[in-house]
Amino acid sequence: MTGIIDYGVGNLFSLRSSLAMIGEDCAVTGAPEELRSFSRLILPGVGAFGDAADKLRATGLFDAVREYAATGRPLLGICLGMQLLFDKSLEYGEHEGLGLIPGEVTPIERDIAPGLKIPHIGWNALSFKKSSPIFRDLRDGEFVYFVHSYHATGCGPYVSAVTDYGGTLTAAAERENVYGCQFHPEKSGETGLKILRAFCKLEG
Amino acid sequence: MITKRIIPCLDVRDGRVVKGVNFQGLSDVSSPVELAKYYSDSGADELVFYDITASAEGRRLFTDVLTRVAERVFIPLTVGGGINTLEDFDRVLKCGADKVSVNSGAIRDPALVGKAAKRYGDQCVVISADVKRVNGRFTVFARGGRDDTGLEAIEWVKRCVGEGAGEVVLNSIDTDGVRGGFDLEMLRAVSEAVDVPVIASGGAGSVRDFVTLFKTLPRVDAGLAASILHFGEVTVRDIKTALRDEGVNVRL
Repeated sequence: MTGIIDYGVGNLFSLRSSLAMIGEDCAVTGAPEELRSFSRLILPGVGAFGDAADKLRATGLFDAVREYAATGRPLLGICLGMQLLFDKSLEYGEHEGLGLIPGEVTPIERDIAPGLKIPHIGWNALSFKKSSPIFRDLRDGEFVYFVHSYHATGCGPYVSAVTDYGGTLTAAAERENVYGCQFHPEKSGETGLKILRAFCKLEG
Repeated sequence: MITKRIIPCLDVRDGRVVKGVNFQGLSDVSSPVELAKYYSDSGADELVFYDITASAEGRRLFTDVLTRVAERVFIPLTVGGGINTLEDFDRVLKCGADKVSVNSGAIRDPALVGKAAKRYGDQCVVISADVKRVNGRFTVFARGGRDDTGLEAIEWVKRCVGEGAGEVVLNSIDTDGVRGGFDLEMLRAVSEAVDVPVIASGGAGSVRDFVTLFKTLPRVDAGLAASILHFGEVTVRDIKTALRDEGVNVRL
């Protein structure tokens, strides 16, 4: 059973529907003590990093997610949920993240050509930097749907996929059992479902 | 590099898809769930659903339809029509919408865009403007193109983006349903005025119109289409293949 962490940030409808579509049992939970009962966890999220990190702390989920990751079971962060996996973010000040993957979250503006629209919204191609179990059914160049203004940097060895938006942006990163996708697999059509299906086959 | 998006637009009334010519003479086309699945499978990058229902019963049917679409179709879904309050945002987001498009609701309550952007994020709020030339001036119309608001379109769109709208759908009433091509003059003016994605709407009549749109106006991010697609004369794949052949980056 896959758990979807609900900490009051973002819309879980599509994620639940997409797991139902691939035949994966899932449950939404906001209770820190329940996390350990799942075989794998998904940390979603949209919005601002600081607010989201505060909510994780206020609900006790911050420590519970870290403890879960330490058990070696698979954890997938999506969009803001991915950004939260890193050490810190520079979005509106400096905020501490979960520290599960080394690196920091910085404005994409620093890494792209001037004049491009921010946020980076739409379908862009993945280019893989190493083989990842969650991308094993994808070909290089498949398209996924992005909506973001920040991305992970300083995480070189952990980057599993990048995308080109007038500069190189981190599209996915992973460290051992902890995976992050900057894009939305639950909004990326068949390609996204392939990623979720592969993640849901992982065992801790 | 980011791709240009092709977005089928489904006008829904009482749970069925309709498409009018110049907003009048609506004719039933097909089931929203069937169409959504078909479009997603044929390469649509996103879908827009406009609820053009007036009754409470029709509104309930709309949210039922939306839920059923969102359970089966995993590309971004934008909902518009009848969005006047934050409660309306909530109602459609709970049923699986990813973005919410406001039109008359923002004209009635100019604070709505800002309040929604603050609660749900800029990426969630789309300002949709129905614009028509009145004495040579781009003028915003409300209530499905019926009411002249007197608002100048460029100023209106800039103001909404300033309040937090994350995307702009520009629908030219002058070209809507005529199928003679997008309103390039109007789109140029708007896309040069804002730095968020601009989605062209109104006038797509052939594959060529999309090629002309993106070749002429590289700052336009997406093209919306309804009747040209619903009757099956042209597919999303036809449009994208032609765009790719002309060197426009698309997801194919």
